[in-house]
Amino acid sequence: MSDAQAQDEHAPEAGHEADYLRADGGLRGWLLTIDHKRIGIMFYGLVLLFLLLGGLFAMILRAELITPEPTLIQADTYNRMFTLHGVIMVWLFMIPSIPNVFGNFLLPLMLGAKDLAFPRLNLASLYVFALGALVTLGGAVAGGADTGWTFYAPYSTTTPTAVVPIVTGIFILGVSSIMTGLNFIVTTHTMRAEGMTWTRVPLFVWAIYATSVIILFATPVLGMSITLVGIDHIYHFGIFDPALGGDPVLFQHIFWFYSHPAVYIMILPAMGVISEVVSTFCQKPPASYMAIFISSLGIAFVGFFTWGHHMFVAGMSTFDAGVFGALSMFVAIFSAIKVFTWVATMYRGSIRFSTPMLYFLFFLFLFVFGGMTGVAVATQSLDVHWHDTYFVVAHFHFIMVGATLTGFLAAAHYWFPKMFGRMYSERMGLLTSAAVFAGFFLTFFPQFLLGNAGMPRRYYAYPERFQWLNALSSGGSFLLGGALLLTLVNLLVALRWGRKATPNPWDSRGFEWETATMPIKHNFAVPPRIQRGPYDYHLTEEEAHARVSPG
Amino acid sequence: MNEFLRRLLFLPPQRSTIAAEIDHLHYLVITITMIGATLVAAIGGYFLIRYRRRKDPDGRPNATSGTRSALKAEAAVLVVLGALFLWLWWIGYRQYMRLAIPPEESLDVYVTGKKWMWKFAYPHGAASVSEMYVPAGRPVRLIMTSRDVIHSFFVPDFRIKQDVVPGRYTTAWFEAVQPGTYEILCTEYCGTEHSYMRGHVVALGPEDYARWLKSDDALQPREPRAALDERIERGGPPLPVQMQLGETTMARRGERAAAEHGCLRCHTLDGSRHIGPTFGGLYGQKVPLEGGGEALVDEAFITASIMDPAAVIHRGFAPVMPSYLGRLEPAEVAGIVELIRSLRLVRPAPGALEEGIRSFETLEEQAR
Ligand code: HEM
Ligand SMILES: [Cu+2]
Repeated sequence: MSDAQAQDEHAPEAGHEADYLRADGGLRGWLLTIDHKRIGIMFYGLVLLFLLLGGLFAMILRAELITPEPTLIQADTYNRMFTLHGVIMVWLFMIPSIPNVFGNFLLPLMLGAKDLAFPRLNLASLYVFALGALVTLGGAVAGGADTGWTFYAPYSTTTPTAVVPIVTGIFILGVSSIMTGLNFIVTTHTMRAEGMTWTRVPLFVWAIYATSVIILFATPVLGMSITLVGIDHIYHFGIFDPALGGDPVLFQHIFWFYSHPAVYIMILPAMGVISEVVSTFCQKPPASYMAIFISSLGIAFVGFFTWGHHMFVAGMSTFDAGVFGALSMFVAIFSAIKVFTWVATMYRGSIRFSTPMLYFLFFLFLFVFGGMTGVAVATQSLDVHWHDTYFVVAHFHFIMVGATLTGFLAAAHYWFPKMFGRMYSERMGLLTSAAVFAGFFLTFFPQFLLGNAGMPRRYYAYPERFQWLNALSSGGSFLLGGALLLTLVNLLVALRWGRKATPNPWDSRGFEWETATMPIKHNFAVPPRIQRGPYDYHLTEEEAHARVSPG
Repeated sequence: MNEFLRRLLFLPPQRSTIAAEIDHLHYLVITITMIGATLVAAIGGYFLIRYRRRKDPDGRPNATSGTRSALKAEAAVLVVLGALFLWLWWIGYRQYMRLAIPPEESLDVYVTGKKWMWKFAYPHGAASVSEMYVPAGRPVRLIMTSRDVIHSFFVPDFRIKQDVVPGRYTTAWFEAVQPGTYEILCTEYCGTEHSYMRGHVVALGPEDYARWLKSDDALQPREPRAALDERIERGGPPLPVQMQLGETTMARRGERAAAEHGCLRCHTLDGSRHIGPTFGGLYGQKVPLEGGGEALVDEAFITASIMDPAAVIHRGFAPVMPSYLGRLEPAEVAGIVELIRSLRLVRPAPGALEEGIRSFETLEEQAR
């Protein structure tokens, strides 16, 4: 901490200029801003809103599932609600969460740039996102769809519910994803400060970069598949409807070709956050920059060739199924490399146990155990029993939701002083994160056992023998919901009443901490010149700062 | 041990010949992966305590990354874990193949899924709804299709699951180890009553099965259980029990469907030569294909040829057959498949499977 205070005087360049929050006041200053930081903050508000909405639906679903027979809501309401829950959580929370909020805010700071490469495109992406969200939720208000977030044909093309507005909304959201992804890629290539070689690029940036590449390759395929569903739904061309000569399994191939890589769109940014957090709180560079970098690319690449593992019982040829099963195991290997690297980073570190670090530990736990259940479902004869049961639901909540959520919350706490210039209550931070974890575990662990016992997913009523595990899971979900609310309250309170943050409260070597807290509108008064890496913990804070010299 | 682990993991009873074996792999995979994960967690926990920050940091922490040794360790991980995971996959894949390939001597049951019930038809002519009657101790092959959307046929006690897809036939098989009633669940979301699309496999002992085969009511479609019936009447479409009564075997129903839909204008049943390959003695043959290669005439080939005749053409025959996709009821297709199978012992006339009569005109010419 003593370092941090000493740094106050060289929280330089900032002195006179107002920070980004105060720079241009007024609504106009926000709505028409092209400052990546403000755009990030606006995304922040939106995705939090959607997290709460999606969470609310989840809790209604769980409340219904406390008893085997229907009580609270009708079957059709239930079906619309789980669809909406999935759609909101996937496209309105998980995919945009870390890239559009923290990526937007931090990428230029980490690269020593004054903004993204295309600031106006960035603002446009925000509005396209808002439009997409509006159309999607409008569809929900106009009756909603009852297809599940996977839109399997021919159910999705024949159901009378409002599939078309919802897929239209998702299509628009995809456009926003692509705009932002493109922006990040070009920024990484062209906007790095002088002296920032490729191996000095922070791992969070690499994670966002890899994510953006996947977005560019995969999202158009999603757009295509749901457009075909929409067309089929309106005009009954029968592209996926066998009664008219179409092929329903074709839809699954196209859908998973996007949606499998999409799970990496959701998790890679979280991995990037985690790599930064573990390094900072252990005061050590990541055990291997290369290993993390290569395994990210490896996952991004192999992730494109494993989609078939969602279809082991869909009537594929056994040969294809085998190839997809074996390739899936490679994803597990790359994931294992990441895990080892993070754990090895702790080795001989100087570990500071605070909220973001606690989220790192929860991330690690969920990712390791969830990943191992991935190996289990890729063991094909076992997946025959597990497919489309609660086991799979638990698997992807542990790994994808668990990781994205813990990564998001780690980022929210870790960069809170950077973004808002204040500190949250550390004690509440630890408490709420422990509660989030407890709620999460209690919600999803019983679901593995439910899957083993054979409970199919997307059931609003179930045979009685599944009841007590379901009740346990529901209880967990209420705890989780409460804990998330408390977390939010803790951060909101800090926004107003938190202690003023020092410029580098965690004693990090990340470049983003070299800017003023909070950053000024153009990030750097003078463009920086970088003469060190982002994890140079062998340097003292002064030495490190001196090597990021202005001019 | 088996029983202990099974209960510990909440797995259902093992009531098919393959269930215990699959569960053993389950125990193996769970043990290995959970030990691995626990190890990682334990090491992480140990580091957390061992390397926690002390009050007075004695200078800079150890800031070398140890990249070189880390990379070496990771290369080792890559190889060792890779081998381990692929080994697990290989065992799982072999079991998966066993699940996919029914034994030769299995009994067939035709399964049709529809919103929101399961219907079963048996080669000797019986039919039932929601309850499937099979002998215990004999392999049963399911030939399945759907009338509307995708469903999935899941019997937890047997550890089998297979999607049931409209416009296609998929197969699954099981052999119940003992008489009993085993729950069927639908695992592919299919709409309002998805949660109630349940049924039972009733595996009968030898005497009960023999009695069931002879009983009259086996020949009638059985009404679904009252609860299901009522639920469907509340919201869903009415129960279309559209078995043609009076025709006792599936093959007979198939013959009638083949006549009604015009199949018999080109295909004969007695093995004589005509525009299309004769149905007599066709089943189980290897036929040469236009453009090279050959295909075995089995259920899959027959249904594919009905749905998309232009895709694979039996060499020597004109590509004149229209597609019947969407024009035949699943039960009719099943009947036609059964018809062709029932004719497998007919001896085809010389050339009747090699070359077709080119067109109706030639036919008329010849007649003249
Ligand atoms: C250790 C590596 C992993 C392996 C081998 C693996 C394997 C599998 C397999 C075989 C399935 C299909 C199960 C079924 O539907 O029956 C599956 C489902 C799924 N996995 Fe993983 N997985 C891994 C990691 C991940 C990660 C990292 C994520 C997310 C970030 C993820 C997200 C999902 C999702 C979302 C589904 C199911 C989607 C649905 O049906 O709605 N998995 N995984
Ligand atoms: Cu179904």
